[in-house]
Amino acid sequence: MRQRPFALYTAMAFGYAFLYLPILSLIVYSFNESRLVTVWAGFSTRWYGELFRNESLLDAAMNSFVVATTAATFSVTLGTLAGLALSRLGRFRGRTMLSIMTSAPLVMPEVMLGLSSLLLFVSMQQLIGWPDGRGITTITIAHVTLCTSYVTIIVQSRLAQLDESLEEAAMDLGARPWKVFFLVTLPVIAPALIAGWLLAFTLSLDDLVIASFVSGPDSTTLPIEVYSKVRLGLTPEVNALATLIIVFVTAVITLVGWIVHRSKPSRT
Amino acid sequence: MAQASRRPAALEPWQDANARPFLRIQNITKTFGNTYAVDDVSCDVYQGEFFSLLGGSGCGKSTLLRILAGLETPNSGRILIDGVDVTNMPPYERPVNMMFQSYALFPHMTVEQNIAFGLKQDRMPKAQVAERVDAMLELVKMRELRARRPDQLSGGQRQRVALARSLAKQPKLLLLDEPLGALDKKLREHTQFELMTIQERVGTTFITVTHDQEEAMTMSTRVAVMDAGRIVQVNTPANLYEFPANRFVAEFIGSVNIIEGRVIEQLDGEVRIQADGFENSFVMDHLDPLPLGTSVAVAIRPEKLSVHDERPVERPNWVQGKVVDIAYLGDVSIYHLLTPLGRTVRVQITHEQRYERPHYRWEDEVFVSWDSEDGVLLLG
Repeated sequence: MRQRPFALYTAMAFGYAFLYLPILSLIVYSFNESRLVTVWAGFSTRWYGELFRNESLLDAAMNSFVVATTAATFSVTLGTLAGLALSRLGRFRGRTMLSIMTSAPLVMPEVMLGLSSLLLFVSMQQLIGWPDGRGITTITIAHVTLCTSYVTIIVQSRLAQLDESLEEAAMDLGARPWKVFFLVTLPVIAPALIAGWLLAFTLSLDDLVIASFVSGPDSTTLPIEVYSKVRLGLTPEVNALATLIIVFVTAVITLVGWIVHRSKPSRT
Repeated sequence: MAQASRRPAALEPWQDANARPFLRIQNITKTFGNTYAVDDVSCDVYQGEFFSLLGGSGCGKSTLLRILAGLETPNSGRILIDGVDVTNMPPYERPVNMMFQSYALFPHMTVEQNIAFGLKQDRMPKAQVAERVDAMLELVKMRELRARRPDQLSGGQRQRVALARSLAKQPKLLLLDEPLGALDKKLREHTQFELMTIQERVGTTFITVTHDQEEAMTMSTRVAVMDAGRIVQVNTPANLYEFPANRFVAEFIGSVNIIEGRVIEQLDGEVRIQADGFENSFVMDHLDPLPLGTSVAVAIRPEKLSVHDERPVERPNWVQGKVVDIAYLGDVSIYHLLTPLGRTVRVQITHEQRYERPHYRWEDEVFVSWDSEDGVLLLG
């Protein structure tokens, strides 16, 4: 076998180090005995114990998971519909408009998205009395707005690659349009939907800016909680929590990757 | 090309004035923007035919096929299948199935599931579905690979599955879009004959779209030659080849020498033609009298010409020429001759003997001749 050049391996090592050293140090310090985050004082799982006694942090984590799951599910539904409209309905009035409008939140600064959402919710509450104050619901709605754009683009690009004659063949064989969608289109684009869901979930879980605009007193999400803790002084509990989240996310992505790989060995 | 003689007259319903056409295409027009993809096409196809739509890319043949499948709606005209107007019937209600050029096999289903798809849409009982799937797998010889997914099959195997899937519902009409287009040459020849056998066995009316004239000639009972959205001529392969209606068909199917000229003398059942760029005049069969001076084209197939060393005095038509190109193809040789006035004539000689092959070489002066009945006189 040909000898790989040394420089190539070095570059790869630097690349991985750049991406994963911060995460690795976070995991390592989550097992730190010391109260100070930056000083190593021996191995301990003490902070994992502390974490499970810290209710505000656990509540925030729970909120974040609920918001992320709901937002991801809704944005996959909406994004799929928008993606279908854009790639399957041909030319219709307002197609260009829809195309631009769905991708606008991608390039819009999050601050603007957050502020405009807040203004909308406040005036809606004054006009129709809903939503009643800010909380989980408003964060979820704002996140759906953001995530739908990403899902739309993923679904649309998958549909563009999909051979349209697959759907025509299904119709030709006697399947009505809605059956064509559920029996052929949906199973074929399923990997894109899973990818879209995961991306939406991550975006929502990660979001601090929009959430800080539209959250209410009882609805702190994890990023808001962590951010406020940092200002008061960080404890290794946050490291422990982050480690658990990393383990969870890695497990989920590995599982999904395995399922997708097993059910669809080809890229057609 | 032995097709026409192989099928007795009883199997040529288009010859029978009383035969009822199975598929009637009536004045179908389809436009995309300002272009006419299909331009006022009418055509009848009879039960059990293997009918081909032949033409170059963009001639409207695929659009016409998609209109038959219900995947495109015509701007005007009607489609009748077995006496029923299906013009506005959606594809999922038509008694028609289509084999797509890309095969369009569902990638997330096995071979078996693909074939069963259409049957399940009809809510056929499970046992019956299994039975039909078995029969289809048997028909296309794919029993062993029934549990595979499409991406684990070769091109030829995918083609068989696509065929089985489209035949599973026993449609009244099967549409095939370039059925052999994605196969390599050897496999294509083999599959051509297989497709004909299957068609004869199931008895379904086949309509196929192809750009390959050889494929259309081999498989079809009749061929419709299309150009610019219109059907130029419909006939049996042999008739298309020997009696092309116009220059387009003559040139599209097989190779042909076209000699342009004017009528200079009216004879009994024949006309004398002075060809542009040839020294001598030619005599060709033509039943209807033509006014003197009518411009015509003589179309002669290269294999209808005979080659001589000496000037063939007893033959009505001859041309002198110098050999400028020789192509040896095994079964035949093709010679290109250059006439003294700069015209090129293409001649084909069949090698019937192993030892006594034609001995013509480059720069040889030879004569070619033909009888008045060997070519077709095309007007306009």
